[in-house]
Amino acid sequence: MIEFIDVVKTYDQGNTALNGVTMQIEDGEFCFLVGASGSGKSTIIKLITGELKPTSGTVHVNGYSLERIRRREIPYLRRTVGVVFQDFRLIEKMTVYENVAFAMRVVGAREKEIKERVPYVLELVGLENKAHRHPNEMSGGEQQRLAIARALVNNPSMIIADEPTGNLDPERSFEIMALLQEINNLGTTVLVVTHAQNLVELFHKRTIVINDGLIVSDGLEEEV
Amino acid sequence: MRLNNIGYLLKEGFKGIFTHGFMSFASVCVTVACLLIVGSFSILSYNLDVMVEELNQTSEVLVYVDNTLSDAEARSIGTKINTLNNIQKSTFISREEALEDFVEDHEGDSAFSGVQAEDLRHRFVVVLEDNTKMKETDNQLKQIPGVAKTSAAYELAEGFSTIQNVIHIVSVAVIAILLVVSLLIISNTVKLAMYDRKDEIAIMKMVGATNAFIRLPFQVEGFTLGMLGAVLAFGLEWIMYDALTIRISEVDSLQLFSLVDFQELLIPMVATFAAAGLFVGIVGSWTSIRKFMNV
Repeated sequence: MIEFIDVVKTYDQGNTALNGVTMQIEDGEFCFLVGASGSGKSTIIKLITGELKPTSGTVHVNGYSLERIRRREIPYLRRTVGVVFQDFRLIEKMTVYENVAFAMRVVGAREKEIKERVPYVLELVGLENKAHRHPNEMSGGEQQRLAIARALVNNPSMIIADEPTGNLDPERSFEIMALLQEINNLGTTVLVVTHAQNLVELFHKRTIVINDGLIVSDGLEEEV
Repeated sequence: MRLNNIGYLLKEGFKGIFTHGFMSFASVCVTVACLLIVGSFSILSYNLDVMVEELNQTSEVLVYVDNTLSDAEARSIGTKINTLNNIQKSTFISREEALEDFVEDHEGDSAFSGVQAEDLRHRFVVVLEDNTKMKETDNQLKQIPGVAKTSAAYELAEGFSTIQNVIHIVSVAVIAILLVVSLLIISNTVKLAMYDRKDEIAIMKMVGATNAFIRLPFQVEGFTLGMLGAVLAFGLEWIMYDALTIRISEVDSLQLFSLVDFQELLIPMVATFAAAGLFVGIVGSWTSIRKFMNV
């Protein structure tokens, strides 16, 4: 669960990115976060993943209080939140299988667990036949599927997708959104940060609109 | 951290050395070069120190005995001299032996041809344990009944002491500077090697790897490169030192210079090279990775 209560975030340079944000995303929800560039979307993601601390207010993510989290607890918070980026952030020299296995290895998983879990996740995202390919041998849509597989492999309770379709054509974008919907159906909370108004309209989900560091609307797409 | 994780981290650390072969080679070369310079300077300063110490040991105090004492009474003063602190040894020289030395030193000089043994005094040649305390010991010697006067070259002894102190200070300063330079060079070299892994580190942080887990392979890599550099530098130092010792013994037929045998330096050199290699390897990689950890 994500809970922001009256959160203010002011950067060292003095500019205020969030100016009293209050919102709550329950476990198992599928939610869009929409806003123009510089509206505060990235700051929200960084607060959720523990990259930043709020200047004031409280942020709760999966049982962690971010305003008083210790440095050594942050890795454990991040294991509960899978993040997917617009630019995929894959390791080019590793194969599809290795990219996903790497995410498990670095959190200390056993080799036996890796061998069981990675094929399952690759099948879930539809890359079971491309396990031995390298990212640069795949299309943008496939690379984003791989990024989703990596985000999912440690079984997080939540996936945050930051502009996941920003580099994809409309057809691949729809496929990625459908995949995220499928993952949500399996019980994982999904928060999609996007500019793509067409996808927001198409999926009819709860949509939070942020502008100048304030939530200006929050509800189903039709209501927003 | 589980045992299988440690195995994985060690494997990753060793793999990193070969993945970035050229940079690893450059790091080892820099380590070897810096440690060779540090090692050579340490050996040079040690040899200088030993040489100065040997020269210093030749400084003696001459203790002249009162002319009114008999031979037996004069000799008995030796016992009193030896009871003092800071006396390594004292040797009695009778006035007859002193005359022989005098004649030998001034052979052919007619001005001294009439000198008789009775004109000279019995004396003791006293070697001190610590020449820096020469003045204090000289004063104690003067207090012994039957001692007429003493002759001690304080200034020479103090000069040697000053030279030794200067050598120590300069050695420590140069070694410290070279170690810092080595550290900076190695840190930058490792940083370059690490630069193309910054995305990997960012991904590790993103999926929840702990800082210790991220650091360990780089530390293993730094440790291995540092130790490899230290071993190579030590071997080269040994070979070069032996070659220099042989060359000096060939050229210096009068044996004015004799270098300390490397075997005598073996343990301190092994310890110093190992510690320096370990230090520059681990600290170098630690400081390099710190920048990439703030993701």
